[in-house]
Amino acid sequence: MSALLAVVVDGVIYASWLFMIAVGLTLIYGVMKILNIAHGSLYALGAYGAASLAGYWLSQGYAPFGSYAALLAAAALVGLIIGPLIERGLLRFMYGRDEIILLLVTYAVFLILEDAIKLIWGVDPYIISEPYGLLGIVEFANLVYPTYSFMLIVVSLAVGVLLAWVLHRTRHGKLLAAVIHDREVSQAMGVNVRRYYLATFTAGAILAALGGALTAPTVSVVPGMGVEVIVLAFAVVVIGGLGSLPGAALGALIVGLLRAAAVHYAPALELFSIYLVMALVLAFRPQGLFAGEQVRTI
Amino acid sequence: MKKDRTPSLLLATLVALLILGLVLPEWRFLGTLAIGKGLTVLGLLLLLRTGLVSFGQGLYYCLGAYAAGTLGQFWGTTDALLLLVVAGLAAGLAAAILGILLAAYRGIFFSMLSLALSMILYGLLVKSAALGSTDGFNLPAPTLFGLPLVSHDSRYPLFVLACVLGVAAALAMHYYFRTPLGRLSPAIRDNEIRVEYLGASVRAAVHVKYVIAGILAGVGGALTGMTVGHIDPEMAYWTTSGEFVFVAILSGTGSVAAPFLGSFIFELVRTFAYEYSPNSWQLALGTAMLLIIVFLPAGLWSLVQRRRA
Repeated sequence: MSALLAVVVDGVIYASWLFMIAVGLTLIYGVMKILNIAHGSLYALGAYGAASLAGYWLSQGYAPFGSYAALLAAAALVGLIIGPLIERGLLRFMYGRDEIILLLVTYAVFLILEDAIKLIWGVDPYIISEPYGLLGIVEFANLVYPTYSFMLIVVSLAVGVLLAWVLHRTRHGKLLAAVIHDREVSQAMGVNVRRYYLATFTAGAILAALGGALTAPTVSVVPGMGVEVIVLAFAVVVIGGLGSLPGAALGALIVGLLRAAAVHYAPALELFSIYLVMALVLAFRPQGLFAGEQVRTI
Repeated sequence: MKKDRTPSLLLATLVALLILGLVLPEWRFLGTLAIGKGLTVLGLLLLLRTGLVSFGQGLYYCLGAYAAGTLGQFWGTTDALLLLVVAGLAAGLAAAILGILLAAYRGIFFSMLSLALSMILYGLLVKSAALGSTDGFNLPAPTLFGLPLVSHDSRYPLFVLACVLGVAAALAMHYYFRTPLGRLSPAIRDNEIRVEYLGASVRAAVHVKYVIAGILAGVGGALTGMTVGHIDPEMAYWTTSGEFVFVAILSGTGSVAAPFLGSFIFELVRTFAYEYSPNSWQLALGTAMLLIIVFLPAGLWSLVQRRRA
């Protein structure tokens, strides 16, 4: 019984992390039809930024609880700087070209950012574990969890609710839906499409960086940490349906629970199982579980 | 009709390569490696001409290498030709089965699904203790009809085998593009519906092309494994597949020789970049890729063509 409970709790914690790294990817794809491979690098940048900023904060001897603010500030900073840089400096020249060309462009950006990280921060690992231990632990039913993990769930839920609210309940969200539906007509109606693209890409970048920043305290921040994250995020997003917010949540839950179950019962199948589900979903429902049918255009 | 000069040019290249390999022994390793990867990229070229980008050729590259590796390691087979044939067959069989699924997809869905499939193999291999998990295992030195292809002082025989194989594959691909099925490639890329109206099955054509690309990647992987003498699951990781895509974009789809030239340049740059600036060579790669996408959409080979025109 307690093993099953552990699987569920582990799964939900992992799912909340997955949701955080996947939601920005699905947002960018949903609006701009760009499958952003550089998402993993933004995640890594967020982690490095957080490690540096929180590390500086703590080394100055300020209140340790302020390090959480440092993590969030780092994520915002990375997203606000790098996001517009990529969108304004590069992607906007590529709009209207094939999705696959845009995929290759973001792959090139990924390669560049991977090395930019190494050039800025070097190749030695950064460890910033204070925020992880600061909140203490939670004990229940013979299980022990760091409170930080539960904070991840809360943050992830908050991100999801906030996004859903912005997309469905605000004027900007409704205009964005119009842009998604028909870019040219909305532009003709006076919507500043350029600004919505910029805002969307920046928001996606901030979300990726936030995922990295909140992960930084739980791992050692090393070069190449974004490489695995990008395929995991792909898997989550593809399972749920590219461009779908509830889809990302569902995909994250499925992958999270699956991985937790695999870790507990069949460790050999851990990685394998995630990609198998992704392939199965693609095989039988290529649009993902949540996205609507798309009219095929040639 | 203009005379087809490609076959004679390819054969002349073969002779030139064999002589170069004889006088420049220190380039043999790099040359063999470039041909192994070039074979994989040649398959990708076929897919690119059809309008498909596979982000998962690493699957067949790795599968071919592991098929050859297990045969060499556990049955003691060292005959290079046998290993290459088995590698090609294994990869081709896998491509034939997975192709049933993949042939229905286009655009990023094709890319994503192929990536997912290669990651499945990666996930399996890193957990297979019998196959060395993440470390992989070493391949015994290959032989041909009982004669060693690689000895401590010479890699020439293996280099010769690789050159012959590479040129043969390029020639075969060249002739394939002149068959009706081969000519369907650009047609499918341009307008699938019209191809269907003309009475050809796009799905079947894509399937065949996918299997050919798989076989080439399998043989390429086995050849690379023999050259390096070691194989590991990284060969199926998505970054390896990404590298192939990079080389394919770099070389362009203009000629069957382009993939080999492209992968030679790539390996050359990588060797030097690793030595002089290990932490910024990907940066250079990414920048080069962006420049090519923007300024040379037809790849480096378009420079060769432009001069000729």
